[in-house]
Amino acid sequence: MLRYASKRVVLAILVALAVSFAAFLLLSVATDPASAIAGEGAEPEVIEHIREQLGLNRPLLVQYGSWLLHVFHGDFGTSYYWHQPVGTLILHHLPVTLTLALSAIFVTLIVAIPLGTIAALYPNSLIDRLSLGIAVSAQAMPSFWLALVLIILFGVMIPIFPISGDAHAWNYVLPAIVLGAHSVPAVMRLTRVGVMDVMASDYIRTARAKGFYGYRLLSRQVMRNALLPVVSVLSVQLGYKLGGSVVTETVFAMNGLGRFALQSIVGGDIPTVQMLVVLFAMTFIGLTLLADLLNAWLDPRIRLA
Amino acid sequence: MSEMDLSFKAAAASETGGELLDAAPARPKIWRNILHHPGLMLGLTILGILVVLAVFAPWISPYNPYDQHLPQRLLPPVWVHGGNAANWLGTDHLGRDYLSRLIYGARVSLLIGFGAASIGCLIGVTLGMCAGFFGGIIDRVVSFILTCQLALPGLLLAMALVFLIGPSVGVVILVIGFLHWSYYLVVTRAATQKIRDLEYITAARAIGSSRLQIMVTEILPNLFSEIIVIFSLEVGVAVLAEAALSFLGVGIQPPTSSWGLMIAEGKVSVFLRPWLVILPGIFIFLLVLAANLVGDGLRDLMSNESRR
Repeated sequence: MLRYASKRVVLAILVALAVSFAAFLLLSVATDPASAIAGEGAEPEVIEHIREQLGLNRPLLVQYGSWLLHVFHGDFGTSYYWHQPVGTLILHHLPVTLTLALSAIFVTLIVAIPLGTIAALYPNSLIDRLSLGIAVSAQAMPSFWLALVLIILFGVMIPIFPISGDAHAWNYVLPAIVLGAHSVPAVMRLTRVGVMDVMASDYIRTARAKGFYGYRLLSRQVMRNALLPVVSVLSVQLGYKLGGSVVTETVFAMNGLGRFALQSIVGGDIPTVQMLVVLFAMTFIGLTLLADLLNAWLDPRIRLA
Repeated sequence: MSEMDLSFKAAAASETGGELLDAAPARPKIWRNILHHPGLMLGLTILGILVVLAVFAPWISPYNPYDQHLPQRLLPPVWVHGGNAANWLGTDHLGRDYLSRLIYGARVSLLIGFGAASIGCLIGVTLGMCAGFFGGIIDRVVSFILTCQLALPGLLLAMALVFLIGPSVGVVILVIGFLHWSYYLVVTRAATQKIRDLEYITAARAIGSSRLQIMVTEILPNLFSEIIVIFSLEVGVAVLAEAALSFLGVGIQPPTSSWGLMIAEGKVSVFLRPWLVILPGIFIFLLVLAANLVGDGLRDLMSNESRR
């Protein structure tokens, strides 16, 4: 286990370095921050001066190195646009996004797992076909459109949930539904396949022969094994939620990382955008690593492969 | 090394990977069965209609989508009180005919959908075939690149890159294409590994074909069925990505008509005139649904062929 774990950790660190460099490189090449700060129609000398001040005329690799060094010392840089330390800004916006992402995962689970399980227990039944239909439709729906339709529905017709802001728990209901709906098809299909596989296995036949049936069979024998792949995909889905929060938070006017990221992009604030891209990527890498290690711990066959 | 990530991707792409791979060596005769698959027929019909609308937009659309008639701003559709038959689906905030803008929006969406899916296809299939065919160190490097790509927050990076480079249809196609190739890679890599050791490849090698020749003339044709399924699904993904970018104001810019942009423009008066938001959304939904139905349908047909 230790051998497997250390291999995975080393790989994750390499990936993290490569990804942060890619993000740094892509965003540095895409634009010229110096002329963005100087504003439109600035004198070339002014732009050159800003470039000198920020160290933007050094080779990219050197810039990346010094940026990385600062990050390791807890200095995430200073925002061009907000004129505050990027770290402080991120900490300020983090709680909203974290709450939203976790509530979205909760929505996904309470919809996708029951639907997937029922679909697997009664294949080709009406409910199986219906849930497949829901999955196909949900995948084709733009999330911002679903958000606006919910706003029309709950803002005008049934005004029970607030449609913007992030002050109360109620504010999270509609955004969590929108963000959670996105993962429902994937988790539902995975649950369906998992439950079907387990139901067809020898040990379930044995359990049945021993007299297990109904809910007890399902909870004790089937779900425990069928949901293993779901657990690992969930951690990855949580990573996707961070990226998806851009759209949801913007539509519902929530002051989280996603909306903050959009504002920083539009403001041409490269250091903040770079840090956010890297932060989201690191979260994703961390969660995937966690899922891998969890899986290996639960299933020794993976460790030895 | 990164088998876990690959297997995750394969699991997420669940049915495609497994079932298609079995179908790989035999080229299925699918055309006969298309007529008997309702989902696929529905998808092809919707897609066909939208393609016709897009291609013949100048002849089909009742008005020029850029013509502004300020006195006739924000007219409702014909079925809402105050609507008139001259502007079937009403007009937008600048008095432009909404139906004409929706029809021209199909052009942008289809162009970006097919363009981005093609670029992704080129990158993903090339990397996937090399990794699957050569194995060893090349496979490891490609797997590492894939792991990195999967870790990057796609939508956020796409938004930043498109907006910073300068939003235009071309840039949107390039950026979305360059960020969506992992699915092609995973599937073609696995399929190539399966085909690589078959006898006819050994035979081709024996008669002196070069590696490149084998890859292009012997392996690539056998990947066609997998690639077309993924291509179809990726068109849907790219359309959704473009819609999100344009909706957030960092994609297609006015006055070009894009469905996502139309929703953003209609959002201001969403309570008074919900149709401004709902109509373009239905078009996006139909196009993505059609792309997914075609992809899923072709996959069904191919896996049925292989079971026979």
